[in-house]
Amino acid sequence: MLTSIAWHSLVSRRKTVFLTFLSLVVSISVLISVEHIRLQAKESFNRTISGVDLIVGAPSGELNLLLYSVFRMGNPTNNIDYDSFNMLKANKSVAWAIPVSLGDSHRGFRVMGTSTDYFTYFKYGNDNPLAMAAGKGFSSAFETVIGADVAKELGYKQGDNIVISHGIGSTSFVNHDQAPFTVSGILAPTGTPVDKTVHVSLAAIDAIHLPPSQLKKLLDNPDMQLPPPKSITAMMLGLNNRFATFTLQRQINNYKEDRLMAVLPGVAMTQLWQLMANVENLLQVIGYLVLLASLFGLATMLLATMNERQREIAVFRILGASPKVIVSLIILEALIISVLALLFSIGLVTLLLTLLEGWLTAEYGLFLSNNLFTIELLILSAIITTATIITALIPGLEAYKNAIHTQLSGR
Amino acid sequence: MTLKEYSSNDKIIYHDAAIELQSVVHTYGKQSVNNNSLQFSQWKVEVGQQVFLFGDSGSGKSTLLNLLSGILAPQQGSIKLFGTEMSDLSNSARDRFRAESIGVVFQQFNLVPYLSVEKNIELAVYLAKSSKQKLAETLQELMAALKLPSSILSTPVSNLSVGQQQRVAIMRAFINAPKLLLIDEPTSALDNSAKHGFMTLLLEMCQAHNTTMIFVSHDTGLEPFFSLRTPIASFCNSHTKTVVG
Repeated sequence: MLTSIAWHSLVSRRKTVFLTFLSLVVSISVLISVEHIRLQAKESFNRTISGVDLIVGAPSGELNLLLYSVFRMGNPTNNIDYDSFNMLKANKSVAWAIPVSLGDSHRGFRVMGTSTDYFTYFKYGNDNPLAMAAGKGFSSAFETVIGADVAKELGYKQGDNIVISHGIGSTSFVNHDQAPFTVSGILAPTGTPVDKTVHVSLAAIDAIHLPPSQLKKLLDNPDMQLPPPKSITAMMLGLNNRFATFTLQRQINNYKEDRLMAVLPGVAMTQLWQLMANVENLLQVIGYLVLLASLFGLATMLLATMNERQREIAVFRILGASPKVIVSLIILEALIISVLALLFSIGLVTLLLTLLEGWLTAEYGLFLSNNLFTIELLILSAIITTATIITALIPGLEAYKNAIHTQLSGR
Repeated sequence: MTLKEYSSNDKIIYHDAAIELQSVVHTYGKQSVNNNSLQFSQWKVEVGQQVFLFGDSGSGKSTLLNLLSGILAPQQGSIKLFGTEMSDLSNSARDRFRAESIGVVFQQFNLVPYLSVEKNIELAVYLAKSSKQKLAETLQELMAALKLPSSILSTPVSNLSVGQQQRVAIMRAFINAPKLLLIDEPTSALDNSAKHGFMTLLLEMCQAHNTTMIFVSHDTGLEPFFSLRTPIASFCNSHTKTVVG
């Protein structure tokens, strides 16, 4: 009964109510979006690497090593000897080792030299291995496996020839155009930086940097045995026994023959995310402030009508409504507006995410799920509802005072 | 004892008066600095009587209605309605007593403006916690008695004429079969012919339901409708700048 009365009361003041509703929709949508993007970013961030126990590279910062080896961001400071890779691969506690050699690019996408072990052992997300959408791994020096985004954006198919340029710009003056690569395989999308990477063998990286005369010899005779590479950028290690991680990390960091540094991806990832936590918190705070402003708007709207509602309150009192009933009515009105705004916002954000999905992925590489229904949304809804009740207490209190002092004058 | 038990007792203990006032004092403003106070000496109304209470404005009519309806609690003295001592009841109990046993009609603004007539009536039933099944039946009876068309139920209150509003207010006041009806100048917004019709209807309804009614007005032209007429000045004194208690 009270709900229906509250509804009719709102309908009778539809103009102000609608504006208040809109302001709440805007603020709740902002809050939901911020929260959703934050969670999705965190999730896709944490999906990037899985099952790798140690990342080894030249000594620099932990974050730097993580950024260039996993996220393909920034530049490697120094290389490490290929001998060190062999040494660690032979270590009895190491189950597998993936070499990583960076520094070249193909039309803006990073090129990574590695071994076929990469496709076997590298995992992302929830221990998901890499899968081929088409073709197979590289078998000769001039074959390449490209990520899903590379294939999609540049329109490459299996069997296409591509040219790799030195450096990492999208337009480079030094194109290794004497050495065209054939696309042997395309990886299935992973939602990680792997999608934006062109994978070639370690030998290929060395080959494209050979002097032109030697390169020509190699091209004429592709089966020619190449000397092993002198250095690589980094390596990823999987261990037989996780308990050995710290021992091995210490051994690597103290290795005398080469200057090495080993980091635990999990620890470094947490550090990296903490860097972003400030931005994350800032966005959240702004979101909540916007919500607060709208709720104050709601309270103001209800408060402003209190004077003209004095007669109505008198009628309620005559009929035997206690002041509590009148306060409940006011709070109910506020709740109806904000719950409707919440539902509408959820619908709106879902719609926007569905519509903008393709654009966000193409423009920003953001993989946002359009499923908003998470525990966090539930918590957010609870916060919004509670905050509404609390702010509605301001006009509620006014109505209470009104109700207490109402006398039957009828005029 | 609950209110329900009170009401069932009323039927057995017949000699209880509908209204019994005993040296009631009401003070305006803060009690320590008494600027204005009203004193009601003895007054008694028997069950089923319709009383025309008249007096000039400021003579304490509104205060009396507030006290009788339980909106105001007496600061001193005793108000007994059908044997129930009002000052013994808590605020919420007085609210419930009003919802269940008292119907009130004013000069104007008796209805919630944004609700339909039907919703207004339902609201009264909801607040009195009476059964909804009886509602439809009673509603038909009342509509017939008050000569209201059934189409009026879905009409928003704001679309009604003043005369219709007053008749709907009467209907609303009767819907919970109240024992006491408090009426305050209900006809001042009506023209003369409408006044006459309204008064006849009102008194017929009261007599049909054996409802006790206090009809407050300063319009002595309405006096002929009543057999019992009481000037409020006969039991109410207004004191200015007196220190009480």
